[in-house]
Amino acid sequence: MLSPATPKIALSGVTKRFGPKKVLNGIDLQVGKGESLVVIGGSGTGKSVMLKCILGLLQPDSGSIRVDGQETTALRPREREKMLHKFGMLFQGAALFDSLTVWENVAFGLMQGEHMPRAQAKEIAIAKLGAVGLTPDVGELSPSELSGGMQKRVGLARAIADEPEIIFFDEPTTGLDPIMADVINELIVQCVKDLGATAVTITHDMASARKIADRIAMIYQGQIIWTGHASDIDQSGNPYVDQFVHGRAEGPIKMQIRAL
Amino acid sequence: MGFLAATGRAFLVFLEATGRLALFTGSAVSHCVRPPFYPRQILRQMIDIGYYSLPVVGLTALFTGMVLALQSYSGFSRFQAEGAIATVVVLSITRELGPVLAGLMVAGRIGAAMAAEIGTMRVTEQIDALSTLSTNPMKYLVAPRLLAGLTMLPLLVVVADIIGVFGGFLVGVYRLDFNASSYISRTWEFLQPLDVISGLVKAAVFGFLIALMGCYHGYHSKGGAQGVGAATTNAVVSASIMILVWNYLITGMFFSTK
Repeated sequence: MLSPATPKIALSGVTKRFGPKKVLNGIDLQVGKGESLVVIGGSGTGKSVMLKCILGLLQPDSGSIRVDGQETTALRPREREKMLHKFGMLFQGAALFDSLTVWENVAFGLMQGEHMPRAQAKEIAIAKLGAVGLTPDVGELSPSELSGGMQKRVGLARAIADEPEIIFFDEPTTGLDPIMADVINELIVQCVKDLGATAVTITHDMASARKIADRIAMIYQGQIIWTGHASDIDQSGNPYVDQFVHGRAEGPIKMQIRAL
Repeated sequence: MGFLAATGRAFLVFLEATGRLALFTGSAVSHCVRPPFYPRQILRQMIDIGYYSLPVVGLTALFTGMVLALQSYSGFSRFQAEGAIATVVVLSITRELGPVLAGLMVAGRIGAAMAAEIGTMRVTEQIDALSTLSTNPMKYLVAPRLLAGLTMLPLLVVVADIIGVFGGFLVGVYRLDFNASSYISRTWEFLQPLDVISGLVKAAVFGFLIALMGCYHGYHSKGGAQGVGAATTNAVVSASIMILVWNYLITGMFFSTK
């Protein structure tokens, strides 16, 4: 049953620990259909782990993760592969396959996941490259010949190639200069809008968060400590959020200087 | 007390690693036999393992065959048994040295490359990316390598057998002045199908082990460049040791008289 109120993604009480270290400490989070949620938080607060739990790349220790109302934590591999068809992801380092050319990277999901013929997949790949502002001749290059910003664009083209319902962006602007970061932000907003997709972005770049987000959630010590409308981020009334947004060293968040 | 605890801890780590390898192997093998298959990947791995290993395996076999003939001549001439040289060469090469040396050379060449490639894919999140593109990494990365290792090593060993025997022939005829036709007939005289078959079975097992170790260590590597380096080393060392252990076990299965 999929009533209009059913969130696209719903996490409740999700925990994950690595050895003695509790990384996720009871995450509760809902993402509505067509919404763009940005999760902000410092390094090592469990942002990436949360995304990987939703995708099933990591198995949470407890809690429930529902996608379109369907519980995903106990899916069999075959069913999980089917569920992953709904997802696209832009990885932090782009994670392009370096043994393949750029267009083969973009067309990978179409050719392997959906068994589309090469020629047809290539056409779509070239179109998607165009959508992120890259010319067809880039398609013949190898990923290692591209700059960081171009790799991010190719990663984005790959993430949207088979028109997913949900797209994850893992630190999309990390390692880019401010102008290229803004270009990527614009592209993300554009692509998400064109697809009508649900987007979850994790970042610690506030400029990026303000640009992309409908709603913002803040994660701290493995828990969601604040969620609210993107426009409310400056009036959150939450000292943790304030400290993060303004990037102050002084405040309730104490930086872990030494490793645990 | 401290000593016992340390021993126990080491033992537990060993058990955990063994269990993890067993699970990995089981899953990898099951993906080898269930569709979808990736012919393009299998072909690429076959060419990498089979074709590009030919020079190194061929050279190894050539010089091994040559040195075998030379060594057994200097040894056997002490009790006038020079006539057995051709037999000694062909039996040693087909039963033992062909598969073991080819296996060790390929372990160094291919096992290391597999661990480095898959390990780099792991630390740069390419393996996670495969999953998000609805492609099972065990099927796409591991299964083709296992299949290629399993099928290509026996072919390489056939080549190694021939070149090795030819090396012995070269030394026998041109250096030790044997008659060419009698050397060849000596070579065939005591050779039985089982000698060659046992060597090929060994080769298939070694090929599987090399690919398995390369994939396993690459797949579980972590921590950037250093982790990939460690994975590469572990892949080569563990594959080499397993080759030597399994060589003994398989020899025992084929030729034990008791």
